[in-house]
Amino acid sequence: MSETLIISILAASITAGTPILFAALGELIAERSGIMNLGVDGMMLVGAVTGFMITVNTGNPWLGVGTALVAGGLLALIHAYLTVTLRANQVVSGLALTLFGSGLSDYLGKAYVGMRAEHTFGKLAIPGLSDLPIIGPVVFKQDVLVYISYVLVAATAFYLYKTRAGLFLRALGENPAAVDSVGVNVFRLRYVYIIIGGALAGLGGAYLSLAYAPCWLENMTAGRGWIAVALVIFAIWDPWRALAGSYLFGGVDALGFHLQVIGLPVSIFILNMLPYIFTILVLILVLIRKGGRLASPQALGVPYDREER
Amino acid sequence: MEVTPLIRMRNIVKKFPGVVANDQVNLDLYAGQIHALLGENGSGKSTLMSILSGLYRPTEGTIEIQGEEKRINSPSDALANGIGMVHQHFKLIESFTVAENIALSQTSGSVLISEEEIVEEITRLGEKYGLLVDPRAYVWQLSVGEKQRVEILRMLYNDSKVLILDEPTAVLTPQETRELFSNLRNMADNGCAVVFISHKLNEVEELADQITVLRNGRVTGSIGRSEINQTRLIEMMIGRDIITAYEKSEPSDKEPVLVIDNISALNDMNTLGLDGITFKVRAGEIYGIAGVSGNGQRELAEVLAGLRHTLSGSVKFYGEEVVGLSPKEIIGRGISYVPEDRLVMGLVPKLNSCDNVILKEYNSEKFSKGHFLKRDAAIAETQRIVREFDVKMGSIFQPVKMMSGGNLQKLLLGREIASKPKLMIVLYPVRGLDIGAIESVHKLLLQMKENNTAIILVSEELEEIAKLADRVGVIFSGKILGEFPVKEMDTEKIGALMAGIVENGGAKA
Amino acid sequence: MKIRLEKSLAQNKTSQIVVPVVAVFLALLFCGVFLAVTGRDPFEVYQAMFAGALGSEYGISETIVKMIPLALCGLGIAVAFRMQIWNIGAEGQFYMGACWATWVPLTFPNLPFLVMLPFMIFMAALGGGLWGLLAGWFKTKWQVSETITTLMMNYIAILWVSYLVYGSWRDPKGLNFPLTAPFPDAALIPTFGALRVHYGIFAVLLLAVIFWLFFKGSKWGYETLVIGSNPVAARYAGIDIRKNVLLVMFISGAISGFAGMVEVSGIVGRLQPGISPGYGYTAISVAWLARLHPIAIVIVAFLFAIIHVGGFMIQTMGIPSAAATMLQGAILFFVVGSEILTQYEIKFSNKEEVQDE
Repeated sequence: MSETLIISILAASITAGTPILFAALGELIAERSGIMNLGVDGMMLVGAVTGFMITVNTGNPWLGVGTALVAGGLLALIHAYLTVTLRANQVVSGLALTLFGSGLSDYLGKAYVGMRAEHTFGKLAIPGLSDLPIIGPVVFKQDVLVYISYVLVAATAFYLYKTRAGLFLRALGENPAAVDSVGVNVFRLRYVYIIIGGALAGLGGAYLSLAYAPCWLENMTAGRGWIAVALVIFAIWDPWRALAGSYLFGGVDALGFHLQVIGLPVSIFILNMLPYIFTILVLILVLIRKGGRLASPQALGVPYDREER
Repeated sequence: MEVTPLIRMRNIVKKFPGVVANDQVNLDLYAGQIHALLGENGSGKSTLMSILSGLYRPTEGTIEIQGEEKRINSPSDALANGIGMVHQHFKLIESFTVAENIALSQTSGSVLISEEEIVEEITRLGEKYGLLVDPRAYVWQLSVGEKQRVEILRMLYNDSKVLILDEPTAVLTPQETRELFSNLRNMADNGCAVVFISHKLNEVEELADQITVLRNGRVTGSIGRSEINQTRLIEMMIGRDIITAYEKSEPSDKEPVLVIDNISALNDMNTLGLDGITFKVRAGEIYGIAGVSGNGQRELAEVLAGLRHTLSGSVKFYGEEVVGLSPKEIIGRGISYVPEDRLVMGLVPKLNSCDNVILKEYNSEKFSKGHFLKRDAAIAETQRIVREFDVKMGSIFQPVKMMSGGNLQKLLLGREIASKPKLMIVLYPVRGLDIGAIESVHKLLLQMKENNTAIILVSEELEEIAKLADRVGVIFSGKILGEFPVKEMDTEKIGALMAGIVENGGAKA
Repeated sequence: MKIRLEKSLAQNKTSQIVVPVVAVFLALLFCGVFLAVTGRDPFEVYQAMFAGALGSEYGISETIVKMIPLALCGLGIAVAFRMQIWNIGAEGQFYMGACWATWVPLTFPNLPFLVMLPFMIFMAALGGGLWGLLAGWFKTKWQVSETITTLMMNYIAILWVSYLVYGSWRDPKGLNFPLTAPFPDAALIPTFGALRVHYGIFAVLLLAVIFWLFFKGSKWGYETLVIGSNPVAARYAGIDIRKNVLLVMFISGAISGFAGMVEVSGIVGRLQPGISPGYGYTAISVAWLARLHPIAIVIVAFLFAIIHVGGFMIQTMGIPSAAATMLQGAILFFVVGSEILTQYEIKFSNKEEVQDE
C-alpha cells in the first residue's frame, strides 16, 4: 500500500470520526454527571439540519454552527427536564427524543435536501505543522472544526481531571448524595451538563452537514449518534480514549470505502461490525478485571431523589 | 481544659411524628476532651449529634459555638463552623482517590486542584495525628479502618475542631480500635473536642474523659472519668425498672431442634459480623436475643434464611445441615424469616395483599396448579388471614404500601404463621407499632409457641423479651455473650452483657 | 408557598389510563404548534392523517400491516421491561429472526407449506431468542448492562443481514441488487385477498391474549412481576432471579424474532436490508405508552400505525411524513414526563421549614 493511500485513509479516519467525537464528548460529559442520554442521534440530526438551514440562508457557516449548538441544547433541555426534574426513565426519554429529533429534522429539512451550501468548512492546512511527514497531512490538514475538536478534547480532559469543577462533575455521577451534602445543587449542575452534551451532539451533526458531506440528507447521521453512545463506554468515560475510539470508528468507515476501491476480500459489513463487537468485549473485560466493579459512573441512570437519602 | 465550652447545646428538643427523640438535652463539649455519648438504640444520642452536625434542625433549643449562638442549617454549615461527623456508613466515593475525596469537601477555593498541595497537607495531618493513609490510593483499595481514617482526615483538613464519631468501632478489628483510640487521644490533645457515640461500656471507660448517658431521649447522667462506676452507668443506660415477672413454663428437657454451632460470617462492610456464634433452640420455645442492634442480629437471621454466606460453622435443623441451602430450600424446610424491613424485604410494596400473601408459597399445591396460580385460593387465604389476624386495610387489592405499619406487620406475620413453620426468626417485630398492634403481635407469637414452633425473637426491648421468651441470649459483636432462663433475668446482668461486659462467674459466655 | 413532589402511596387505576391519553393530546398540541409555526393548519393535517389511514380499505389494510410488527415487538419488549430488563434490542432480534427464517426456504425450497411455515417460525423464534439470550447471559455472568449490549447487537445483526444479502445469499437472478431470491409460495403467509394484510394479525391477537393471561395468572408472570418490583423480596422468597433473566431475554428476543419472520414472510417475500424502518425502536414507545399491558399494546400499536400510515398519506398535501415521526416522539416524551404524576403527588405546602426526614 502506498504512502499516499495510508495518509488518505488516516486523514479520512479523522474526518469521519470527528462528528462522532463531538457527540461522544457531549455524551461523556452528560453521563459523567449521572444521566444517560440516548437522544444523541436526534440531537445530532437537529443540529445538522438547523446548521445547514442557517448557513444556506445567511451564507455564514459559523452562524450555522451556533444554531446547531442551540438546537442540540434545546432538545437536551427537554431531556434534562424529564430526567432530572421529573425523574423519568432515562432510557425511554432519550429514545423519545431521538424519535422526535429525527422526525423534526426531516420535517424542517425537506426543502433543503440536495442543496449545496455556498460556504462550508474546507480544509485548512496549518503552516509548518502540515509539512511534517505523515502526521502533517493527516492531523494538520483538516478543517477548522477538527482543530476545534482537538482543543475540545484536551479542554474536557483538563476540566475533568485538573479542576475543582471537574472533580465535582465526576462526583455527581458517582455519588450525588456526597455532592449534595456539601451544599452543591445537584439538579442545576446536571441540567448544565446535559445541555452541554446536547449542544456538542448538535455540533457533531453540524459537522456532517457543513464539513463532512456537506449537505443535508434525511437521516444523515446513519446511526452515528448510537455509535457515540457506544463509544463513551468503549472509552470508559475518558476524553482521550474517546478521541482514539472515534478515529477508530471513523477509520473503519474510511477503510471500508478504500478497501472497496482496492478490492480486498474482507466484507465491509464485517468490518463495520467490529466497533460494536469491540465495545461489548471491552465492557466485559473491564468488568471481569475489576471483579464486578464497573468503571462507569456508579450513579449513572439513577434519578437523584433527595428524600431517599 | 478550657473554661468556656467549645460547644454548648441547651434545652435541645427534637420531635418526629409520634416520638420525642430528644427531650430537654443539655450538652457541653470542651476542647481537649473526649466526650462519650452512651445509650441504647433509640436513646437519642445519634439524633442529638445529627442536630449538631447539621443533618436535622432542633424543634427547640439552642446551640452555642464558642459562646455565640448559631444556627446550623446543613452539614456544610456545620463543617464551616468547624463541626464534622463520621457516620457509620461512610460517604466516600470508592472510585476516587483519598485526595480527591478530601478535595470534594471544599466547594470554594482555587479553580484548579493542585493534587500536590492536597497530598502534602494530608501527609502532614496524617503524621501529626497518626492517621496514616496513602493519599493517592483509591478508596476501594482501602480497608475499613483506613476508610474511616480518610473520613477523619476530611474533617481535620477542613479545620474541624469538633469531631463526632458515630459507633466508630463497630466496623474495626481490635487492633484498629486501639489505633483509633490513640489517634482520638492525639486529636483531643491537639485542641479538638471529640465526641464518641457508643453503647460499648468498656470502650467508653477506656477512652472517655466525660460520659453523658442518654435514655429515651433524656440525659440520665453525666460523669467524669474519675467517677466512673460500671453499675451506675448501666443503670443510667437501661434504667432500674423491675422487669415484670411473667409466668414461665419449666424449661423443657426436649432435644433442641436448632443447633447453631460456631457460625462466623461477614457483614455488608466486609468485616466480621458474626464471630463464632453458638446457641440452641428447642421446639415450642421462644429464645430471645437481646442486644443493641448492629451486633450481628441481621446477619444471623440472614444466615439462617440462606441469604448470607458463612465463613465457617454449622447450623443443624432437626438434625440436618442447612448451611449452604438456597432460600427456597430453607423455606421448604419450614424455616420462616420475618425481617425488620417489612417493605424492603418481607413484602412487595407495589403489589396487593393477595400477591404478597403468596410470596413464599406461590409454587406450592395450595396456590398453584401446573403453570398457573390459583387466584381464588390466594384470595380466600388472604381474606382468612385478614379476618383471623385483624388486619385493617382499604381492600385486599390495594398495594400494600398504603397500609399502616402495624397492619403490615400483622399481614406479614399472618402470612408466615399460615405457612405453619417449624422455626421462625423474627426481628424487632413491634418496631414502630402502637400499643394495640403490639399486643396483637405478641399474642400471635405466643400462639405459635403453643403450636410447637421454635421461635427466635430478636428484640431491643427487654420488657418484650421478659414477657415472651423462655430463655434469653445477649448478642454482642457477633457472639452470644451470655445466656440464661428469663426467670433469672435482671437488668443489671443483661445491661452489662449488652454493653459488652462479661462478668466472671454467673453468666455463661 | 412551595410546591413539592412527594412519592404518593396511591396508584389509582384511572390515572393509569387518563394520563397516557392526556399525554397523547398534549403531544398533538405540541406538534400542532410546530405545524402552525411552519404555516400549516394542524387540524387539517391531523384530519388528513386520520382519513388517510382509516378512510379507505387500502388505508386500513396498510395500517394493520404496519401494526403487526409493532405489536409483536411491543409484546416482546413488554416481557422484558416488566422485569426491569431494559432490552432495547428488539430491532436486532427482529433482523435475526428474519434472517434465520429466511434460511429455511433458501436451504429447503421445496418444503410443503404446512412444514415450511412452522419451520420458519421455529427458526425465527430460535434465532431471535438466542440473540436476546446472549445479552441476557452477559448480564447474569458479568453484570454487563443489557441496555448497551442489546444496542450494540442491533447493529451487528443489521450488518449481518446486509452481509448475507450482499454476499452468499444474493439472488443470482436479482440483477445484482442486494436481495435474496423471492420466497416460494409455501414460505409466504397468506393474505386476505388482494390486500397486503396477512394472517399475521391472528398471531398478534393470539399472542396478546396468551401473554395477558400469563402475565396475570401464571407462576412465571408472578415471579417476573416480583423481580421487577422488588428484587430483594424476590430473593427472600427464593425466586431464582438468574434463571428468570435468561428466560425472559430469550422469550423477548424470540417474539421480536418472530415479528421479523412475519414481516419477511408476510409482506416482503424475501430478505433484504432495511426490512425494518425502526420497528424495534418504535415498539419501545408502544410498549411504554401501553404500560406493558398486552391488550393495550395492540391498541397503541394500532394508534402508532395510524400515525405512520397517515403521515405517509399526507405527503400528497406537501407535508413531509416526518411529521408523523415527530408526533410519535412527542407522544412518548409526554408520556414519559407525565408518568411522574402517577407515582408522585404534587404537594403544596405553606411550611417555611424544609422537612428533615
